[in-house]
Amino acid sequence: MMRGALRVGLSVVVLLGLTGCAGDFRYNWQWSILTCTSENIDAGCIGPYFYWILQGLWWTIAVASAAWVIAFSLGSVIGILRTLDKPILVVVPFVKSPIYFRTRWIGTSKGIITVDVGWFLHGFANIYVTVFRNVPLLVQLFLWYFVFPELVPHDAGMWLKRDLPFPEVSTAIFCLGLYTASRVAEQVRAGINSISRGQQYAAMAIGLTPVQVYRYVLLPVSFRIIIPPLTSDFLGVFKNSSLALTIGVLELTAMTRQIEEYSYAGFEAFTAATVLYIGVTAIVMGAMRIVEARVRIPGMISLQAK
Amino acid sequence: MESGGFDFHIVFHSIPFLAKGMGLTLLLTVLGIAGGLVFGTVLALARLAPFKVLSFAAGTYVNFFRSMPLILVIFWFYFLVPLVLGQEIGAFQSVLIAFIMFEAAYYCEIMRAGIQSVRVGQAYAGEALGLTYPQNMRYVVLPQAFRNMIPILVSQAIVLFQDTALVYVVGLSDFLYSADIIANSENRLMEMYITVAIVYFALCSWGQFQVRNLQKKFAHE
Repeated sequence: MMRGALRVGLSVVVLLGLTGCAGDFRYNWQWSILTCTSENIDAGCIGPYFYWILQGLWWTIAVASAAWVIAFSLGSVIGILRTLDKPILVVVPFVKSPIYFRTRWIGTSKGIITVDVGWFLHGFANIYVTVFRNVPLLVQLFLWYFVFPELVPHDAGMWLKRDLPFPEVSTAIFCLGLYTASRVAEQVRAGINSISRGQQYAAMAIGLTPVQVYRYVLLPVSFRIIIPPLTSDFLGVFKNSSLALTIGVLELTAMTRQIEEYSYAGFEAFTAATVLYIGVTAIVMGAMRIVEARVRIPGMISLQAK
Repeated sequence: MESGGFDFHIVFHSIPFLAKGMGLTLLLTVLGIAGGLVFGTVLALARLAPFKVLSFAAGTYVNFFRSMPLILVIFWFYFLVPLVLGQEIGAFQSVLIAFIMFEAAYYCEIMRAGIQSVRVGQAYAGEALGLTYPQNMRYVVLPQAFRNMIPILVSQAIVLFQDTALVYVVGLSDFLYSADIIANSENRLMEMYITVAIVYFALCSWGQFQVRNLQKKFAHE
């Protein structure tokens, strides 16, 4: 982790150096504005820029973390649904069919009508992933923020527009969570599918129910396998939270833009934001490496190789 | 909404304007892919090169851009490019440079995985034939690597196509921003945003379908 931090530090220095040397780059650096803690015109502080940046960082972390909770829980469920390949038959009560018929999702057996719920769940999960992956996140954000309140019943729409606490932030969290869930679902599915079929058959052979097969055999292994791609999805949430500035969430990038507008010292603010984003990335990557090492199953080659 | 109900007439009337926006989106996508591929390949070669300084510099570049949000990169270049060049060159060029620099980092990682997926024996065989390092890369490793990478490169192209919507933040009239202009001037947010979503969805789904076909095609061979 120390080496990682050193690398990050070095890279910042190198890149800043490069930008400084390029062409006839004339820019009057005023690093002092980043330390503005109160309004002080003489020192070039029209606002408490230092606190703005901290506040922006706080909102970035808050939005990203909350969105990740939604993304991880929903994404896991949808990913699992996408791996279901056996029918889950549910008997329709009180209704008997005089004729025999059978389709992919509904059929009869001795007059009793059964519906394959698994087919619906599987289909829903597939549609969910397709829709959320194939529409740009920014468009999704606008749909949730501007269009969704108009589509729901009138009272609910009014509540969304008037009484929802922190409307911009809540919408951003919700939207980012649902979007990232589709990515998490793909990782979870890939993780489960990467486990050899033999494991599943062995679990069934010793008498585990389908739920137990997932709970005790498939999920514990697959979640360990997908830690690296999940880490990059988690970092993706941090980066994507910057899109929330378009609907008025004052997160880190929005704050730097605001400082640029107030002070014309944009590069200082952008640099601060860049360093903070890189810092968040480095911390998350370091933490996930520790988690990965902690939960490693001894003797599992596929995990040690990564 | 005061006017109430759906009215998709406005969408039909604005098709020429929207098509112009889509033209800019596609141009940005194509140029971004082309530039990103070329620069990304150079980065990947540098990253895998046997010289420590080169691979370290390329690695730093990639990690740097991969930990930054695209919007921040767009802002950086939007303000930086005119300063470095000493003259205004317009938002499109600044944004295009930002996209190429940003996407190159991602293409580099795809390339690296692709190059590493070529069996080591191939490179050894090339060396044994007396090929130099550049020749070995050019005639033996890269052609095979590109073939392995095609599906994932197309996937990344779809991601880039979606990412171009972010030029909204600097007010460049791409597809989304054009629709946004009409949506706000005619107070028809619902119709315009839904139309935009459907168009993006249709194009990206078509792209995904092609990716799946490519994957099947390469899996058979």
